[in-house]
Amino acid sequence: MKLLVCITHVPDTTSKISFTDDDQKFDQTGVQFIIGPYDDYALARAVELKEQSGGSITVLNVGGSETEPTIRKALAIGADEAVRVNADPTDSLFVAKQIAEHAKDSGYDLILMGRESIDFNGGMVHGMVGEMLGIPSVSPVMTLDVDGDSVKMSREIEGGKEVVEAKMPLVAGCQEPIAEWKIPNMRGIMSARTKPLNVVEPVSDEVSSTLEKYELPPAKGAVKMIDADKVSELVD
Amino acid sequence: MATLVFVESAEGKIKKTSLEAVVYAAAIGGDVIAIALGTEVDDSELAGLGNYGAIKVLKVSDDRLNQGVIQAYANVLNQAMTSMGSDILVLANSSLGTPVSARVAIKQDASLVTNVTELPDTSNGFKVKRSIYTGKAFANVELTKARKVIAIKKNAAEIKEIGGSAAVEEFSPELTDSDFEVAITGVDKATGDILLPEAEIVVSGGRGLKGPENWGMIEDLAQELEAATGCSKPVSDIGWRPHHEHVGQTGVKVSPTLYIAVGISGAIQHLAGVNSSKYIVVVNKDEEAPFFKAADYGIAGDAFDVIPKLTEALKAAR
Ligand SMILES: Cc1cc2nc3c(=O)[nH]c(=O)nc-3n(C[C@H](O)[C@H](O)[C@H](O)COP(=O)(O)OP(=O)(O)OC[C@H]3O[C@@H](n4cnc5c(N)ncnc54)[C@H](O)[C@@H]3O)c2cc1C
Ligand SMILES: Nc1ncnc2c1ncn2[C@@H]1O[C@H](COP(=O)(O)O)[C@@H](O)[C@H]1O
Repeated sequence: MKLLVCITHVPDTTSKISFTDDDQKFDQTGVQFIIGPYDDYALARAVELKEQSGGSITVLNVGGSETEPTIRKALAIGADEAVRVNADPTDSLFVAKQIAEHAKDSGYDLILMGRESIDFNGGMVHGMVGEMLGIPSVSPVMTLDVDGDSVKMSREIEGGKEVVEAKMPLVAGCQEPIAEWKIPNMRGIMSARTKPLNVVEPVSDEVSSTLEKYELPPAKGAVKMIDADKVSELVD
Repeated sequence: MATLVFVESAEGKIKKTSLEAVVYAAAIGGDVIAIALGTEVDDSELAGLGNYGAIKVLKVSDDRLNQGVIQAYANVLNQAMTSMGSDILVLANSSLGTPVSARVAIKQDASLVTNVTELPDTSNGFKVKRSIYTGKAFANVELTKARKVIAIKKNAAEIKEIGGSAAVEEFSPELTDSDFEVAITGVDKATGDILLPEAEIVVSGGRGLKGPENWGMIEDLAQELEAATGCSKPVSDIGWRPHHEHVGQTGVKVSPTLYIAVGISGAIQHLAGVNSSKYIVVVNKDEEAPFFKAADYGIAGDAFDVIPKLTEALKAAR
């Protein structure tokens, strides 16, 4: 099975968010970058699927050279090769175009993504790529099993889940509990250094939105503490 | 110019977030045409969308659309936009709306924006504000394509009732079997419960509650407040509560008027899911718990003591 996993390079979930340059740029000072947590689930499931039935895993990131340590981590977790599209991911249409271009003649059976990136939180790229390639897109996917050329998934819906069945190829936006996050072991880390990481240039510069400025939410006022013996005050 | 609004329903009723989408569309200006898919909502409910600003409601009476098949829905909305000459599609972010919106945007060569939190600024171009970094910040973006697909977050528009009723018309898009290639073969859904993403009040419990057997008092309080119940991630990981109740960065993002957190420490990943709540009440026996910093009201006390008392006080106040 030929698998593509699209990963983002995003601030660690505990990061404090701030902006510089007149609120035009994300302030990276002191920020740790990680593989997007949902992308990490997608990658973990891809590794399991490869263990079960063989095949290969390619990871793809649209980003500048600063994302390479994150890509190497994905290789250490179990991807076989990587592609970096050398461009700042300015908007979701731009990213989707790059992914679709890479995937269109590559014969992937499954394209796994995260349900959303945790920086832009669009939940948009998988559906766009599915539509561009003319194949199904399913999200948010909680479990995914392959049987021949069929894929059985459970998709989270408000208040529950539904079972979805489709034929490959398809795109899935993954979330827990699809697999346990994998931590790279020593052997993985060593071999990741020599696995291929191909850098390609973007195919188009088309976008559909431009940033005006970033903004932080207003600061929260001080908490009002209520005595545990006087909970009725809260009711009023 | 007409704006199309995709409305969703639950148990025969149009969802509140979809009503907000209609109000949002009305605020853009121009005619508002709503569209409902499937046969589970009756005409009077649909006509009632006039009260929120729709002049017309398209209904697509096809049983196959009673299930939310992403590709088929995208195809229907695409055809409706074209046939109504709409440049803008508005819908609510949801487990169905968001994945559908992405496909429609590509079909229409439209700008797509999700997680929109406020009405647009159309004084110079078309600008919207959207939530990013899991609610920790916002981005103001300009949508540069002629056509636009806009998915709004709960509370992006304030519901106004203007009276009136909308004309309900049948819309018959072309659908083929291939639109239903992706099959929904089972649904497992809590019924009757108040849905977490829609709820006005949420009562959430964390590991501080010690075990699933102690959720009775959370449910009692929730029932008294007509609230939905939620939980922290470890609670759903250990299986004390179902996964769809898990609130936070990797779970459901809620934006209720009131969020009550009981025995939850307030880890940043949990806060990411609740920081757009209007008021936050925190009950924690550790007065140093980080959650208090994000709260409007705090009670430093033992949940097993405070929660039953609170429920009693609410009963008494009724
Ligand atoms: C990438 C990532 C994503 C994550 N995503 C999420 C997410 O989406 N949602 C989420 O919730 N977590 C998430 N987490 C986990 C998060 O970091 C915390 O571990 C989790 O929120 C803690 O849950 P808790 O507050 O229930 O438990 P604890 O941290 O164990 O806190 C229990 C609290 O209960 C209090 N308490 C104990 N007994 C009582 C009592 N009798 N009465 C009152 N209070 C009492 C304690 O003082 C304590 O503050 C994520 C973590 C990572 C790394
Ligand atoms: N810059 C990127 N490079 C590679 N994949 C991406 C990028 N941005 C988004 N994706 C993928 O698309 C998913 C959804 O992203 P989003 O639409 O931004 O929420 C992510 O979880 C990734 O799998």
